[in-house]
Amino acid sequence: MNRWNRVRQSVRFKTFMSFLRNPKALTGLILFSLFILMAVFAPWIAPYDPQATIFAPLEPPTWQHWLGTTGTGQDVLSQFIWGARTSLSVGIGAGVLSTFLAVLIGMLPGYKGGWVDRVFDTIANIFLVIPGLPLIIVITSYIHSAGPLVIIAVIGGTGWAGGARIFRSQALTYVSRDFVVAAKLAGASDLWILFREILPNMLSLIISSLMFGTIGGILAEAGLEFLGLGNVSVISWGTMMYWSDAGGSLLMGAWWWLVPGGLGIAIFGMSLALMNFGIDQVTNPRLRDTAPPEKTSRRKSRKVRSDVIHG
Amino acid sequence: MRYFVQRLGFLLLSLWAAITINFVLPRFMPGNPAEAMIARYQGRLSPMVLHSLEIEFGISNQPLWVQYGAYLQNLAHGNFGLSITYYPVPVIQIIANSLPWTLGLAGTATVISSVLGVVLGIIAAWRRGGKLDTVLPLITMFTTALPYQWLGLLILYVFGYLLGWFPTAHAYTATLTPSLTPPFIGNVLVHAILPASTIVITAVGGWLLGMRNNMINTLGEDYVVFAEAKGVKDRRLMFMYAARNAILPSLTGFGMALGFVVGGSVLVETIFSYPGVGYQLVAAVQNEDYPLMQGLFLIIAVSVLLANFIVEMLYGRVDPRVRRGGARA
Repeated sequence: MNRWNRVRQSVRFKTFMSFLRNPKALTGLILFSLFILMAVFAPWIAPYDPQATIFAPLEPPTWQHWLGTTGTGQDVLSQFIWGARTSLSVGIGAGVLSTFLAVLIGMLPGYKGGWVDRVFDTIANIFLVIPGLPLIIVITSYIHSAGPLVIIAVIGGTGWAGGARIFRSQALTYVSRDFVVAAKLAGASDLWILFREILPNMLSLIISSLMFGTIGGILAEAGLEFLGLGNVSVISWGTMMYWSDAGGSLLMGAWWWLVPGGLGIAIFGMSLALMNFGIDQVTNPRLRDTAPPEKTSRRKSRKVRSDVIHG
Repeated sequence: MRYFVQRLGFLLLSLWAAITINFVLPRFMPGNPAEAMIARYQGRLSPMVLHSLEIEFGISNQPLWVQYGAYLQNLAHGNFGLSITYYPVPVIQIIANSLPWTLGLAGTATVISSVLGVVLGIIAAWRRGGKLDTVLPLITMFTTALPYQWLGLLILYVFGYLLGWFPTAHAYTATLTPSLTPPFIGNVLVHAILPASTIVITAVGGWLLGMRNNMINTLGEDYVVFAEAKGVKDRRLMFMYAARNAILPSLTGFGMALGFVVGGSVLVETIFSYPGVGYQLVAAVQNEDYPLMQGLFLIIAVSVLLANFIVEMLYGRVDPRVRRGGARA
């Protein structure tokens, strides 16, 4: 009981609660959790075997098949549920990898300064302007039918630059802060200072980097798989789009074959963006939804002003 | 001047990096894809061509730095090798034929989406908490996460097949001969509408959200409040005072945004069979035409780097702080 009270009064808990009080953030969190639950419990939720070609092909949505069937008679809903597993884990994996690299490559040299910093900053800037998807396409084309793990490595390994730049500039602002100087004087090691003193202050940045990395990862994966560069026998939202396009689904009017995969990506991406929006509002007071002070005061001040002028 | 030299230095450095990545990738990939490709063409292409492919992909006993020197020399002479798919057409010629289409499509789409996004972002921030400001960010969160290929296919299906309003493929009607006459230009524009809209819909959100948040920050600045108190007219305050400063962070992100658009145009061009570099890149990848693929990747990277450099030069003109090298965040 006592412990619960302590938790309730902690700053972190209060921040979390103000995050939840934001309707957008809450919607995002609920959507996100639903997708994660669907992916985790796919074997129990999916009505049929996603690979089994045992139904009538190209059946429109019915009570037996909520999302219809594919050109080879597979159940689209089962594919969608199982596909979430691959797509979400590749996306999240790529997001985690790119954020990890971004922290490492951005913060460490940024904190150290000097020529190391200049070299790494230049590398990050170069990676930032070299177009990502074409680079990923070229790399995966050299590796034949890349599986999910390889795709995570390629997307994460090329997508860290934007985050690295943000983490670097943030680390620079912390280097001369009092608490960092104090830690340094107390004899803390560089790594300790970076990860225990500075990093916790960047939590919201790290979370938003994770989210955007994940959205980007899922989109890049779907793009690669749609082009047939992934392993097309794996079931994911990307390969669903690949097969539906290869099977000419739209030409035959079978929209239900194409729509779920892309819609899943967009809604999942939106859930991440909604949560990120909520985090922005908690960490940046100016962006808060509640009571927009500028606007009301602007209107009022104008009215007062005109009253004064016109008597 | 210092700013110019600095940015030019970065341009050269990043060009060198792109060129070197292109050299390194096929040589250090596991399983040596180039060797596999050449083995496949044994007996189908003349020994001379095979030999030149071997040199191009570094299947020789020469030390790496000699290969690198030869590679750079070839590039300097505009020699990108021969395409295997369209053998014996030089890669550079395919690039020359397809680059204008992509520049036109991706360029126009970028300009439209950035202008549209920035203006909508300004309005949303100005009418803070209004209807537009609640609805627009929600919509853009959804559209930004839309996969290009998915949106492209649906747009193609609805407006191309079902409604039949627009042509479903290619950059112009095949029976027309390219010329600078109004009917031909009109034909090209009609063909570009669907692919361009696909890019604009997915790209506009990033500009809008970024601009909205910058604008809200700027509207809270003292100088804006002072101008307001001074009685500056709304429209003037909105565009000349606040938006002018709020747009700067969005401009710095231009290079990245362009990279996304170019990446997206690879997928969009493929779906609309639009004969740009993206379409050719995917075709080259599917045919395992490595010389063509390498040349196309290089030209895509170089175009984005150059465009970014141009924006940086403009940025220097817009923001004097950058030029003088002071007060950089």
